[in-house]
Amino acid sequence: MATADTTLPAGAPHSADDVVADPRRRDYMQIGAVAFAGIGAGVIALPLINSMNPSADVLALSSTQVDLSAIQPGQSIKAEFRKQPLFVRNLTPAEIAAAGAVPADSLRDPQTLEERTKAGKTNWLVTLGVCTHLGCVPLGAGEGENKGPFGGYFCPCHGSAYDTAGRIRSGPAPLNLAVPEYEFTSDTAITVG
Amino acid sequence: MSFPWAKQYEPKHPTMQWLDSRLPLPRFVYNAVGAGYPVPRNLNYFWNFGVLAGVALVCQIVTGIVLAMHFSSDAATAFTSVEHIMRDVNGGWFLRYAHANGASMFFIVVYIHICRGLYYGSYKAPREMIWLLGVVIFLLMMATAFMGYVLPWGQMSFWGAQVITGFFSAIPVVGDSIRIWLLGGYAPDAATLNRFFSLHYLLPFVIAGAIILHIWALHIPGSNNPTGVDVKGPQDTVPFHPYYTAKDGFGLGIFLLVFAALIFFSPNLLGHPDNYIQANPLSTPAHIVPEWYFLPFYAILKSFTFDFILTAKLWGVLAMFGSILLLFFLPWLDSSPVRSSNYRPVYRWFLIVLLADVFLLGYVGGAEATARNVILGQIATTYYFLHFLVILPIVSAMERPRPLPNSITEAVLKGKGGTAPTKSAVEGNMVPAE
Repeated sequence: MATADTTLPAGAPHSADDVVADPRRRDYMQIGAVAFAGIGAGVIALPLINSMNPSADVLALSSTQVDLSAIQPGQSIKAEFRKQPLFVRNLTPAEIAAAGAVPADSLRDPQTLEERTKAGKTNWLVTLGVCTHLGCVPLGAGEGENKGPFGGYFCPCHGSAYDTAGRIRSGPAPLNLAVPEYEFTSDTAITVG
Repeated sequence: MSFPWAKQYEPKHPTMQWLDSRLPLPRFVYNAVGAGYPVPRNLNYFWNFGVLAGVALVCQIVTGIVLAMHFSSDAATAFTSVEHIMRDVNGGWFLRYAHANGASMFFIVVYIHICRGLYYGSYKAPREMIWLLGVVIFLLMMATAFMGYVLPWGQMSFWGAQVITGFFSAIPVVGDSIRIWLLGGYAPDAATLNRFFSLHYLLPFVIAGAIILHIWALHIPGSNNPTGVDVKGPQDTVPFHPYYTAKDGFGLGIFLLVFAALIFFSPNLLGHPDNYIQANPLSTPAHIVPEWYFLPFYAILKSFTFDFILTAKLWGVLAMFGSILLLFFLPWLDSSPVRSSNYRPVYRWFLIVLLADVFLLGYVGGAEATARNVILGQIATTYYFLHFLVILPIVSAMERPRPLPNSITEAVLKGKGGTAPTKSAVEGNMVPAE
């Protein structure tokens, strides 16, 4: 399309009609204005969207101490970490052996028990008690609860079964029970988060 | 708007004349539900349910506004504030039961309204936009109902929020971040409850806006009717008022009887007892179920138990959303020129089978995930998608429809109300002239 730049001789007088007939300059102004307004709207939306992220008091709850001294082999407890259940389990030698007997490659989310625990503390399995399917709390941590077909945890809601290392073995959940960041502060205490 | 023979609004009183020339609101109402809107003369009672859905929304908004005056959207006090409404607020029990059961009534009439649209081909040209807006309204209703269910902060509320927001964690890579952003924390908590309350109050007004567009789009071609044959002239229509205001009024009476029976005699029939236990983030109920109106979709979600290419979790979520989003494409999946299933002998049966399939999904959605139920759910889910993506396009291309009546009036005067073919209808008239 011809533009004013090419059809008008240099220095020719510009009337109001010429400006309207000059699509390129007008388009430039319009695109620029719309883009500017769009960026402005985006920038204004940012604080609104950001306000919906976890607030400081929620983030401040991100660290929890757990005392392990009372947990006997074969027992587990439910603690609370970031408003979610935390399973701490003292595995028996038989449960450790059961977890080790499974070739990791055959699993949906391949991990060994060693990768999921601290060196020398293989008997302490610390996981979030949140089913990786849709976030229910699996059974198996409480006294007498159904540990499922693999002896670990079982989520009855949609039928996900975890083994003694908290690894997903059957059902719709895609991942092993998450292991949060934690440290042993002594032989009988951990700090999570 | 609508047909040329629609009556014009003529304000008699000087006040109304003054108003009409400045803000023609009475004219607008007259043209929407008054004598200004000519409607096919043969509508049956399935055409009541649009009005009933509107009434149900108004009930929800009115009871909801008053309930909000007594409710506390704080995680520490939400549960007790609902008990406060039940025990201490004057008539609070009535308001709460009316609101909770009103949601069920809203979904019942909307589901019948949707089935009406499916059966009589109301989604077909020229009414596609009405259908699309209807699906938008349905999605908004689902979001609103879900967030409202979370507010009492009982066990089912809390775990419903956990599971439904868990859908978003199925999105690859960014899913977990999106979920944390939606919840405002790592699990449903005070921030979640407060924002759900805010949105639960907002969305009904968005729904009301979408309904105005829905009705606006309806008034361009005018109402469909049980024959699916277009209106040919004034003899095929009657004014909305008084004919359908009276008919809708009768239907409304029946609706209110059922509604009152629920509220006064069995207010917890459709609820779940676990929601009378305060939310406990450390213990999941033995069996998480959504409200009845979400059960078929929940069954589709639960039916994916094996990974293939994508994870089972992502498949479940995609299929569940897909089962609703599929409805957007319905006007183009069905290529049959005949609207009403009364004249589509093959499609009619498949539609009845689909309805049975959805009921089966509803059963599976509410049942425990035993091996038998999982397989039932998988079969029913497969059939659901098969119906829309394979059966519907093939049937609409292959089927030989029954001859249509020449006009609505002819169908009515034959005394068949448009349900049976007429001998005088000729093959050439099978396709409605448009």
